[in-house]
Amino acid sequence: MKRLSLRVNGTLQRYDGPPFTRLIDVLREDWGLTGTKEGCGEGECGACTVLLDGKPVNSCLIPVCHAAGRKVQTVEALGTPGKLAALQEAFLTEGGAQCGICTPGMLMTAWAYVKKGGSDDPGAIRRELAGNLCRCTGYQHIVNSVASAVRKQRRSRAAKRR
Amino acid sequence: MTLLRPRSAAEALKLYAQSPGALPLAGGTDFMVAWNAGLANDRVVLDLAGLEAWRRIAATKTTITIGALATHADIQRHTAVRRHLPLLVEACAMVGGLQIQNRGTLGGNIANASPAGDTFPPLAVYDAEVELASARGRRRVPFGSVFAGVKKTVLEPGELIAAIHVPVPRRPTRALWRKVGTRAAQAISKTMAAGLLWLARDGTIAELRFALGSMAPTVRRLASVEAHVKGRRPDRELAREAAALVARDVAPIDDIRSTAEYRLAVSQNLLASFLTRET
Ligand SMILES: Cc1cc2nc3c(=O)[nH]c(=O)nc-3n(C[C@H](O)[C@H](O)[C@H](O)COP(=O)(O)OP(=O)(O)OC[C@H]3O[C@@H](n4cnc5c(N)ncnc54)[C@H](O)[C@@H]3O)c2cc1C
Ligand code: FES
Ligand code: FES
Repeated sequence: MKRLSLRVNGTLQRYDGPPFTRLIDVLREDWGLTGTKEGCGEGECGACTVLLDGKPVNSCLIPVCHAAGRKVQTVEALGTPGKLAALQEAFLTEGGAQCGICTPGMLMTAWAYVKKGGSDDPGAIRRELAGNLCRCTGYQHIVNSVASAVRKQRRSRAAKRR
Repeated sequence: MTLLRPRSAAEALKLYAQSPGALPLAGGTDFMVAWNAGLANDRVVLDLAGLEAWRRIAATKTTITIGALATHADIQRHTAVRRHLPLLVEACAMVGGLQIQNRGTLGGNIANASPAGDTFPPLAVYDAEVELASARGRRRVPFGSVFAGVKKTVLEPGELIAAIHVPVPRRPTRALWRKVGTRAAQAISKTMAAGLLWLARDGTIAELRFALGSMAPTVRRLASVEAHVKGRRPDRELAREAAALVARDVAPIDDIRSTAEYRLAVSQNLLASFLTRET
């Protein structure tokens, strides 16, 4: 099998191994990107969500060969403890995380949603996050976090236009 | 595991003819669950990801052709599909969550042949045809005949689903799509209904097409009901008669998600309220 290359969080990564290894395992074990979590391993929970060419997908259901030549973004691309992204700040201030296992996946789905200009309507946010399960928060605080990030982005865009 | 990665349809069909025991792989949302469970370890896998042409959706005045590799997300975004096949768009929006819709394909949904395939009731009422391709040639099968039972299709060894052809329907008087489940998204349905109704000028029924999913081993059009209501007024009386006929066309079962009795009652209510416009 040829070596594969993927653009991961802006860096070109090479992979040399079985083509059917799950993307989540390559991210975590080969490249040490342990922000991405595994919940069910069956596509049900969304904890393993990463962005593939900008779109949320379950990295537990993707053979690494299907990501070859494509752009992968994980939660590590969002912010660092010293410099959190606005979305991460929102999860902190609104109480959108408890145990934190679902959080990286929630953040990735929410990030794609905020980037594409999604609205702060709670119903729309819930529909968008339907593939991400949380056993702790009861969702309300997560929805509030995303809505708050949407409003913040809107305000900063409006400020830039002025 | 041996991985075959054809770059074109012709190459894929040739490889599949040479190893008819291979497992086709599209978006992998069903396949990878089996793979992760170790169920495909010693198999040959025919990866269809390189067949870009099979991902296209094309529309003419009379027909919309959806490539087998079009994802549920692709289908929801396509302008002509949104305009002419809104029930299919609604169904695709209910397949799992966003992550599944971004990967799962229409061809994979059909080939998987689950009794609860969300896209099936809409495709049944839209009179879709499934185009099958093998190294021997191509053939078209009416949507209702593509399934042979639970998780079984009429695909022959070496045959792939290439595309789904849907005739552009006349604009219906009203249309219905409903998935009844524990939760709207990411849940397998207890029952699903799709309906199209055309009324004549005088208010009688010119044509009804009604299909139920999760109510039999495969999706079912309600042939007895459709024939019975033709030319009649869609009133309460007719709705009662139609509901009484539903059981003739389906065979619901008790399982972990629901009971046969509940499924039948919900389906009858969906049909009755669709006819009398109470949905
Ligand atoms: C968490 C989760 C939730 C889901 N929710 C739903 C739901 O709500 N509703 C629903 O209907 N489904 C649901 N599914 C099932 C699945 O996502 C869909 O059936 C999807 O459309 C399958 O497409 P795929 O491209 O991923 O198929 P794959 O997994 O790639 O393939 C599925 C099967 O079809 C065969 N196959 C694929 N393409 C072809 C082809 N072109 N020709 C011949 N054979 C082919 C494969 O060999 C395999 O046996 C869910 C799955 C998961 C994991
Ligand atoms: S770990 Fe991938 S969806 Fe649950
Ligand atoms: S915070 Fe624990 S699962 Fe969501």
